[in-house]
Amino acid sequence: MYRYDEFDHAFVAARVSQFSDQVERRLSGDISEDAFKPLRLMNGVYLQLHAYMLRVAVPYGTLNGRQMRKLAHIARVYDRGYGHFTTRQNIQYNWPALSDMPAILNELAEVEMHAIQTSGNCIRNVTADHFAGAAADEVADPRPYAEILRQWSSVHPEFSFLPRKFKIAVTGSDRDRAAIQVHDIGLQLKKDDQGRLGFAVWIGGGQGRTPILAKKVKDFLPEADLLTYTTAIMRVYNLHGRRDNKYKARIKILVHETGVEKLSQEIEAEWLHLKDGELKLPAADIAAINAYFAPPELAARAEGWGELAAWKKSDPGFASWVGRNVAPHRHPDYAMVTISLKPIGGIPGDASADQMDAVAKLAEEFGHDEIRVTHEQNLVLPHVALADLEPLYRALLADGLATANAGLITDIIACPGLDYCALANARSIPVAQEISNRFGDLKRQADIGDLKIKISGCINACGHHHVGHIGILGVEKKGAELYQISLGGSGDENASIGEIIGRGFEPDRITDAIETIVDTYLANRTGADEIFIECYRRIGAEPFKTALYSSEAEAA
Amino acid sequence: MKTASFKTKVLTANRLTDGISVWLGADGEWVVSLRDAFLARHEDAVAAIEAAGRQALADNRVVDVNVIEIEETESGPRPFRLRERIRAQGPSIDYAPASAARVSQAA
Repeated sequence: MYRYDEFDHAFVAARVSQFSDQVERRLSGDISEDAFKPLRLMNGVYLQLHAYMLRVAVPYGTLNGRQMRKLAHIARVYDRGYGHFTTRQNIQYNWPALSDMPAILNELAEVEMHAIQTSGNCIRNVTADHFAGAAADEVADPRPYAEILRQWSSVHPEFSFLPRKFKIAVTGSDRDRAAIQVHDIGLQLKKDDQGRLGFAVWIGGGQGRTPILAKKVKDFLPEADLLTYTTAIMRVYNLHGRRDNKYKARIKILVHETGVEKLSQEIEAEWLHLKDGELKLPAADIAAINAYFAPPELAARAEGWGELAAWKKSDPGFASWVGRNVAPHRHPDYAMVTISLKPIGGIPGDASADQMDAVAKLAEEFGHDEIRVTHEQNLVLPHVALADLEPLYRALLADGLATANAGLITDIIACPGLDYCALANARSIPVAQEISNRFGDLKRQADIGDLKIKISGCINACGHHHVGHIGILGVEKKGAELYQISLGGSGDENASIGEIIGRGFEPDRITDAIETIVDTYLANRTGADEIFIECYRRIGAEPFKTALYSSEAEAA
Repeated sequence: MKTASFKTKVLTANRLTDGISVWLGADGEWVVSLRDAFLARHEDAVAAIEAAGRQALADNRVVDVNVIEIEETESGPRPFRLRERIRAQGPSIDYAPASAARVSQAA
């Protein structure tokens, strides 16, 4: 993985020093809150309901064991013993003191981490496929390109005060595991007819109060033009993006109001000035960054095939876990392992300091020292030999990390909601917990099959509810929580925005409503191989509406 | 003077140093429990707590200062808004797997 060079070290050290001085001056009263707020936000420090929150960047979701141990240490020493992994592949601490921020940022810098650009109207942490560099279906590893974007966008003088925040996601295969169509810029690595590497480029996707899918503006952009073309997009957005209304300031609104054809022409015109300039990436530079992401040397471990079959036969729990949480690696003797942070009835994305330490140890022991954070709020060990799966499973089991539910109904995305967040209107976590408990039986979950529930506690949609097969949005109505359901959303290569199904449900009725939806799906599916989203696309919303609301209509 | 439509108010904020939610107490100190908050039962009292809030903000003791409405119950003050009830009671979930809370009592 990427290692800081001298410039990176000096840059992060300078920022820590600068922010430490700002914190000191704030605490001594030399600068006001109004002056300090934009400075703290630039360094990932928010004020929530109960305390400050620090959002630490995990570039493209990639960590090593040493870094994960540091995250555990920070949770233990400066917070309340846990952290929350987010839908942007970052980690948030919910209770750090402002006076501890300099110490925390110094500790992070020791392991080449920081919290820069995790807030503010700048280019945020670039996200990527969590199976990058390992997936059997990958065209190329997206992380080197995410790293190139990270270096280019860090304190970019022209793009540090954009109309609004800006999110870029990169995926490495036809299968979109990075939700690129709901990002400001989505990049899909692909090869052209001559085998050259490049990107399909999408712009103007996003969720929030106005969910819109991205539009493709380039079918093939050669890799050397990554920064020239991205700069052209950013310049057009920076010039024309609205600054009069924060709710209309994202690039998705510009694309929508201008029209993708006209905007594409403007981007192309801007690109003409840039494409052969200094931002064109030399092959040697691309190769140098790629070298940082060279895959680990994976020795042949063919013995794992036979052992795996025997272990599965003797332990149904292990077999279930392999069935759900283990995915094919490009090396046939290896696998990618999803570590679920969704224990039944637990808090989605939360991990204790002890669990973080355990994952760090297991990554070093069994996973070539690589860990990924997924946008679905789980962790991944991307390179595990089949022969090591059983001991890994035993260790995960001991630490409460072996829930066999990846992609199932209890693998719920949920934002922090009103339990922490100052923007939220309703709680998300208790809703997720109740649904998880209701459907906790593993056999029942397996019978239901792939089903993505995503919950947001406000219209900002941090819980990605618009792209949930079942999306739940918490709102405040007459001083009480109400949960609005949408169906049919999807954040993959067949992306779609969910449709609101009808009036909302009170907290004590939302889980029953989800069960009604699931039962309707089970009654209508053609068979177990027709997953929820496919069934919904075939039969539409009506059967679900009827099941949810017909008895009320009759009663009325 | 308290009228029929008047709702009792308290002053709340977050402590500058650690962000912990606090309420203004009767002795002018910031307290970490809503139960110990000063209850402003008429307009003059509200004006007084608002002034105290402005001063505390200017003195860099607290941030995000707000007057909120509560109802007085047998078990103590209860904010009308869920958001403020959660601020007062903490997250409604069992959130801390190994609490290393370092919440001090002094503002």
